[in-house]
Amino acid sequence: MATQQAVYVYETPVRLWHWLNAFSILVLAVTGYFIGSPLPTMPGEASEHFLMGYIRFAHFAAAYVFVIGFLARFYWSFVGNHHARQLFRLPIFNAKFWREALFELRWYFFLEKEPRKYAGHNPLAQVAMFLFLTLGSVFMILTGFALYSEGQGEGSWFDSFFGWVIPLFGQSQDVHTWHHLGMWYILIFVMIHVYVAIREDIMSRQSLISTMISGWRMFKDNRP
Amino acid sequence: MPELETFYDVMRRQGITRRSFLKFCSLTAAALGLGPAFAPKIAEAMETKPRTPVLWLHGLECTCCSESFIRSAHPLAKDVVLSMISLDYDDTLMAAAGHQAEAILDEIMTKYKGNYILAVEGNPPLNEDGMFCIQSGKPFVEKLRHVAKDCKAIISWGSCASWGCVQAAAPNPTRATPVHKVIFDKPIIKVPGCPPIAEVMTGVIAYMLTFERLPELDRQGRPKMFYGQRIHDKCYRRPHFDAGQFVEQWDDEAARKGYCLYKVGCKGPTTYNACSTVRWNGGVSFPIQSGHGCIGCSEDGFWDKGSFYDRLTDIQQFGVESNADQIGMGVAGVVGAAVAAHAAVSAVKHAQRKDKGGEQ
Repeated sequence: MATQQAVYVYETPVRLWHWLNAFSILVLAVTGYFIGSPLPTMPGEASEHFLMGYIRFAHFAAAYVFVIGFLARFYWSFVGNHHARQLFRLPIFNAKFWREALFELRWYFFLEKEPRKYAGHNPLAQVAMFLFLTLGSVFMILTGFALYSEGQGEGSWFDSFFGWVIPLFGQSQDVHTWHHLGMWYILIFVMIHVYVAIREDIMSRQSLISTMISGWRMFKDNRP
Repeated sequence: MPELETFYDVMRRQGITRRSFLKFCSLTAAALGLGPAFAPKIAEAMETKPRTPVLWLHGLECTCCSESFIRSAHPLAKDVVLSMISLDYDDTLMAAAGHQAEAILDEIMTKYKGNYILAVEGNPPLNEDGMFCIQSGKPFVEKLRHVAKDCKAIISWGSCASWGCVQAAAPNPTRATPVHKVIFDKPIIKVPGCPPIAEVMTGVIAYMLTFERLPELDRQGRPKMFYGQRIHDKCYRRPHFDAGQFVEQWDDEAARKGYCLYKVGCKGPTTYNACSTVRWNGGVSFPIQSGHGCIGCSEDGFWDKGSFYDRLTDIQQFGVESNADQIGMGVAGVVGAAVAAHAAVSAVKHAQRKDKGGEQ
């Protein structure tokens, strides 16, 4: 069966970022959870252990991977191909965009028989990516560095750049709570994201999972 | 009272020896984290500068700030402290009462116009035109505005004046309001805590009077020298935190061994105060040292942040109280169930299409 030409969608830096980002989110969520609710107490002398210290170190290290990756990905949205822009810029004034997003919503509610084909993200996916991942990441970076600045102390550059976040939320405890809720916000996105990727890989008319590995979007038929 | 009486004059008049005076100056220098060279400077300032009067008002409060203040150990004896700050009006401590007392307010306000310090303990309630706190026949908020009009600076003593504290806790029936939300045109130094540490209170006043300027303040208006770090940053139990050694129950072995109180709700990691360095009652102890977690009494709205004994505190919205994990897991459960249901329907639809010979 001669199918439509494959399209190169995700360039190497985008794919690399995707998997690095996924890995750092996994580490951040697990370590972050254990910072909020620590593991059972360690026996023996305090000098023999550094468990909480290592967990926090892993959290901070993964946070740096996450942040630098996010900044690099934002840079790539300017120099990469037009698909690389989708995560950061929504065509909110384009009526067609919203009509197609509605169509996708109908498809997920089983009201449409057949999905449309998209080389990049479909409009609904793009909105979800922007709301959950892009805004969620910015929120986590701001609140995360604000909390980190508390340990680094007044006068540190973390404090100069991010210290204002704490009075904005009220006090330190509030920022902790919001940062914790932010984790769940992103985890819920991950659940939906993984499910939809698998589902669409099976039910849509284009490749999904293999595209994030090879970069090429394949189509399963020739119809428009 | 002679117009240009210095602090030193007042102290000598009250029978304090020069020796005690110099000791006091060096202790104050040490308490403020200054080098030994600053002790003579403080002494000189107190010998030469005309005293700055302090008017101390009490709004809605429990007087725990005053109780703490009069127990200050460094600067030492209470009479030294009281002479030093030239406390001209404090309706709790002063001997005068009634019209006699109120006359002092007016006298200081005219004599030292723009040059006295206003210390506020407690806060004004604003509901019902302020009738929940009436002093000398007038709502406290009016008295506060009146005295604040000509002051040099305001010190907000304690969490009441700084944030609102217990009387401002939800639902705050009297609309108790912290000082900085009532007075806008004066520099305000917040010295939060319920109560603040005695040495922090006297330290702040000593700094302002000897150097004639406000101490350096952080973003939220607290003196950096005492509120620059969290309890957690200087806690002597911090090694147990880093090691992952926690008290799980109040009567467990870990509690006896003095492990970290993080899991039983210690708010040390989110509380800015000097308890873990200055400590209380002349450096004897502080809450964590006595085996109880910090309750975060110097933080904004600490009464409304859920239990003192939970690490993840409650979020109170729409009448639902649960912590971030309970909310997150709840939503994740709903989304998970939705995903499973959606997947099931999708599988059925997919199978139907295949049966009909729909193109793949």
